[in-house]
Amino acid sequence: MNDVAICLFAESGYDRAAQGVIGAGRRLAGTLGGRLHAITIGTHNPELNVRIAAVADSVISADQVELAEYQPELCLDALAQLCGELAPKAVLLSNDTYSQELAPRLAHKLGGSAVGDGIELIAQDGAIRVKRSVYGGKAVATIELKRSPAVIWLRARAFEADSAGSASVATVRQTRLNLPSGDRTRIIERKAESTGEARLEDARVIISGGRGLGGPEAFKDLQELAGLVGAQVAASRAACDSGWYPPSWQVGQTGKKVAPGLYLAVAIRGASQHMAGISDAKVIAAINIDPDAPIFKHCQFGIVEDYKKVIPLLREKLAALQK
Amino acid sequence: MNIIICLKQILDPEIPVRDFRIGPDKREAVRGNANLVTNIFCENALETALQLRERTGGKITALAFGAESAEDTLRKALAMKADEAVLVLNDGHPHPDPFTVAQVLAAAVRKIGACDLVMTGRESGDWGSGQTGGLIAEELGLPCISFVDHIEARGEGTDASLFVKRQTDNGWELLNAQPPLVVTITNNEFNVPRIPKTRDIMISARQPITKWTLEEIGVNAAEVRAGQSYYEVVDLAIPAKDVACQFVSGDTLEQKVENLAQRVIEVTRSL
Ligand SMILES: Cc1cc2nc3c(=O)[nH]c(=O)nc-3n(C[C@H](O)[C@H](O)[C@H](O)COP(=O)(O)OP(=O)(O)OC[C@H]3O[C@@H](n4cnc5c(N)ncnc54)[C@H](O)[C@@H]3O)c2cc1C
Repeated sequence: MNDVAICLFAESGYDRAAQGVIGAGRRLAGTLGGRLHAITIGTHNPELNVRIAAVADSVISADQVELAEYQPELCLDALAQLCGELAPKAVLLSNDTYSQELAPRLAHKLGGSAVGDGIELIAQDGAIRVKRSVYGGKAVATIELKRSPAVIWLRARAFEADSAGSASVATVRQTRLNLPSGDRTRIIERKAESTGEARLEDARVIISGGRGLGGPEAFKDLQELAGLVGAQVAASRAACDSGWYPPSWQVGQTGKKVAPGLYLAVAIRGASQHMAGISDAKVIAAINIDPDAPIFKHCQFGIVEDYKKVIPLLREKLAALQK
Repeated sequence: MNIIICLKQILDPEIPVRDFRIGPDKREAVRGNANLVTNIFCENALETALQLRERTGGKITALAFGAESAEDTLRKALAMKADEAVLVLNDGHPHPDPFTVAQVLAAAVRKIGACDLVMTGRESGDWGSGQTGGLIAEELGLPCISFVDHIEARGEGTDASLFVKRQTDNGWELLNAQPPLVVTITNNEFNVPRIPKTRDIMISARQPITKWTLEEIGVNAAEVRAGQSYYEVVDLAIPAKDVACQFVSGDTLEQKVENLAQRVIEVTRSL
């Protein structure tokens, strides 16, 4: 079989990541000459399913009480059953927490192989290869998957949405899966720290602080600055590890992968692992006291100066310019 | 609580980009002058385990699959006060695929015996596949929770229950779990690895490390040595990406910042 299955969480909706996965799936199915099946997990999301139905050849909505809220073992079981039936050549997922958690285990259950954080898919001579960044963003590897299905989670926002659509609108099929009860892990509390605010992944402007800020107070100054230009505030791992800013706002290889129009790095060195999170930023700018800081190798513009001197002045100037 | 913690020795991930080189076969990085270090997330995992042991007691076994040099990683774990250390010697492919690694680690976990919790880092600082924990869970038929940064245990024996906090895309979740299970650990401000005491480093140098060959843990040694049954690296390249930074000009700091503000506004208005 040369079919492709994409797995999406209904809860996340038809966001940029979902669009990237759908686009990647459509193109891969085209190259392989197979059909595109979409699986949505969780409470029926009409908008998502309608959008997908316009692109995919079949849509399966795994909408049943057990799956209304994500539970790792149940969702894994559901995906393994559905993908097992479809017997696709490739299974694509996004790079959210849940997809990353499940993808390798799903591959194992299906007898396939997984690879993650893909930035490019190559189907050639029956083999599937994936490009991904490795060594903390210092290199890019091309990896060939040896078992079928190839289960791949994608750096979803790096993939174009589908532009062509499919000839006909697929019907949405509801499942009734037999899922085991009494699972050995259970999510008993969920806390969203970024409710009411735009997501970092979708932010147009990000102002990010690093260890050079020296403490949590400076993040308040960054927030004030952010308010002036409609920006979100983020942080480097060193700043998060110091407890100055919550980990959900960590940017980098192991934090958020962001794609803002402008990323202003304040007192961030520019370690490759940090830069791995902002490779899709359009413009990068920096404030750093060290002219040799690696961050300047990635910047369109910057200033070599103590942030303590720059920030108050910058606030003043931006406020004046915004009037 | 019996905890097995998997540790990986890697090329120092913090070496500057300009010192990073790729071998002629375009499959792996050249070590050069770089140090070998323990993957940071593995150390975050060990720190999380040490704190759990301080609250509930139990035993921590450090487990590594790697070359002879990985002994250093295990000695450091002992210096941080892990109770025991096991090295499964890798005399095959230097960077086996994640399935191979998981197979070996799972076989070693079985051989070690009684275990309530297997811990790994969320990913490694070299190849960063982010799969080892999940695949070990599948190999052992256990549940798995990823991106965990804190664990509490309540109750004893068959009543033991774990409360596991993990990070999500926009916050955190609390899970209740019955051991045995696998967790993968991510960093937060509370699991920054402790620095071992000089005295403990000296003691650790003399502590025994159990060493097993692939044959001794009962895996398909030939397949493990080949290390590519799951996936194969067919190319490795350094992306060319140097942007010329324009430093804002101006005679005074005020002028420079004025120019900086101008550029910022220019970009944000164009979005
Ligand atoms: C496996 C792995 C994964 C990782 N994942 C991530 C990740 O997702 N995200 C991430 O960020 N890091 C990550 N890291 C860590 C990364 O390697 C760096 O250690 C980290 O990014 C450094 O943070 P920093 O730049 O804030 O701090 P530092 O490296 O300490 O740099 C501070 C900077 O501030 C500047 N500075 C100091 N004082 C001032 C001042 N007064 N005014 C202006 N500038 C000043 C200094 O010149 C310096 O450039 C990872 C590492 C590993 C090994």
